[in-house]
Amino acid sequence: MALVDRISGALDSGPGGVILTSVDALINWARGQSLWAFPMGTACCAMELIAASFSKFDFDRMGTFPRPDPRHTDVMILAGTITEKMRPAVRRLYEQMPDPKWVVAMGNCTVSGGIFYYDTYSVVRGADEFLPVDVYVAGCPPRPESLQDAIIQLRRLVAEESIAPGRRHEQTTTLPRPKAGGDR
Amino acid sequence: MTPDEMAALLERITAHNPRLHPLFSLEFGDAVVGVERAELFATAADLRDAGFDRLGMVTAVDRDEVFVLVYRLHSRSLSAAIFLKTLVPRDDAWVASLVELWPAALWQEREVFDLFGIHFEGHPDLRRILLPDDFVGHPLRKDYDDPRLIRRPDYI
Repeated sequence: MALVDRISGALDSGPGGVILTSVDALINWARGQSLWAFPMGTACCAMELIAASFSKFDFDRMGTFPRPDPRHTDVMILAGTITEKMRPAVRRLYEQMPDPKWVVAMGNCTVSGGIFYYDTYSVVRGADEFLPVDVYVAGCPPRPESLQDAIIQLRRLVAEESIAPGRRHEQTTTLPRPKAGGDR
Repeated sequence: MTPDEMAALLERITAHNPRLHPLFSLEFGDAVVGVERAELFATAADLRDAGFDRLGMVTAVDRDEVFVLVYRLHSRSLSAAIFLKTLVPRDDAWVASLVELWPAALWQEREVFDLFGIHFEGHPDLRRILLPDDFVGHPLRKDYDDPRLIRRPDYI
C-alpha cells in the first residue's frame, strides 16, 4: 500500500493538523518538481514546445521532460490548433493519463481558437471546451520561456492541492484568479 | 521552359487532339487546356500516353453556377507541366475519376469530394478524408452555412 493511501485512511478519523500540512507539502513538492509532459503537438506551436526541451532552453532543469506515452506523464501540453476531427483523439489521450494530471493550453489556438475563432467549420474554439485547462499561455506561438513560466505557475497550482478531500492550500500567485466567496 | 517553348508545346498537344481547347494560351507561364466534362477521361488518358506521367494536384474552384475542376499534370520526358480544366454544373456535380490513370488521384479526389461535394464516378473509395465522417455539408462551397459558424464582425 502506497504512503499516500495510508495517510488518506488516517485522515478520516479526525481533523487534519501539522502532519497533514507537511505531507501535502512533501507530496506537492515531489509532484511539482517533476511534471513530466505529454507533448500534444497538433500544429506549429509544437516547434516552440520542442525548442523548450532542447539544450538552449533546457526544460529538463525544471524537471519537465517530454514523454511520448500518456501513461508516463503528469501534464498534457496542448501545442497547436485542435480540429474537430482531432478532438476525440486528444480527449482519449488525456483520459489515458494517470491521476493527478494537469493541462497547459499553449498558444492562442488552444486558448480560444486564435485566428481560427471566426468563420471556421473545423476548429475547436479553445481546449477548455472539452478539457479542464489549468494554465493558459497566450502567444502565436509563445516563446519557450513563456511555456517554462507556465510550468512554474502550474507548480503553484500543484502546491495548493491536498490529499484531504475539499481542502486546499491557498498560494500567493501573480495569476489573476477569481477568489471563492469574493474578497476576503 | 520559355514562353515560346510553352506555346509550341500547347500547339503540339492541342493540334492532335480535337477534344482539347486551349483556354488561355499562357497563364502564369503555364499552358492551360480545357475539355468537356464527358471527354475528360479519354482526354486525360491521351495526355498521359503523350508523356504526362504525373498528376501533381487536383482541386476545384467554386464559380457559383459551375465548379471549375483543375488538374495539374507534369511530364518528366517533356520537362513540362500543364493545367487541365473542366467545368462541372453545380446542380449535377459529378465527373469521371482519374484513379485508373494516376493512382495519385485517390486521395486528391477524396479531398475535392470532401470539401466541394463533387462526385467522382468510378472512384474505388470515395469517402471523406479531412473532415470527420459524420460531418454534414461541403464547407468550401460558397453557399455553405453552418449554425456553429461565428461570423467575423466588420471592425476586425
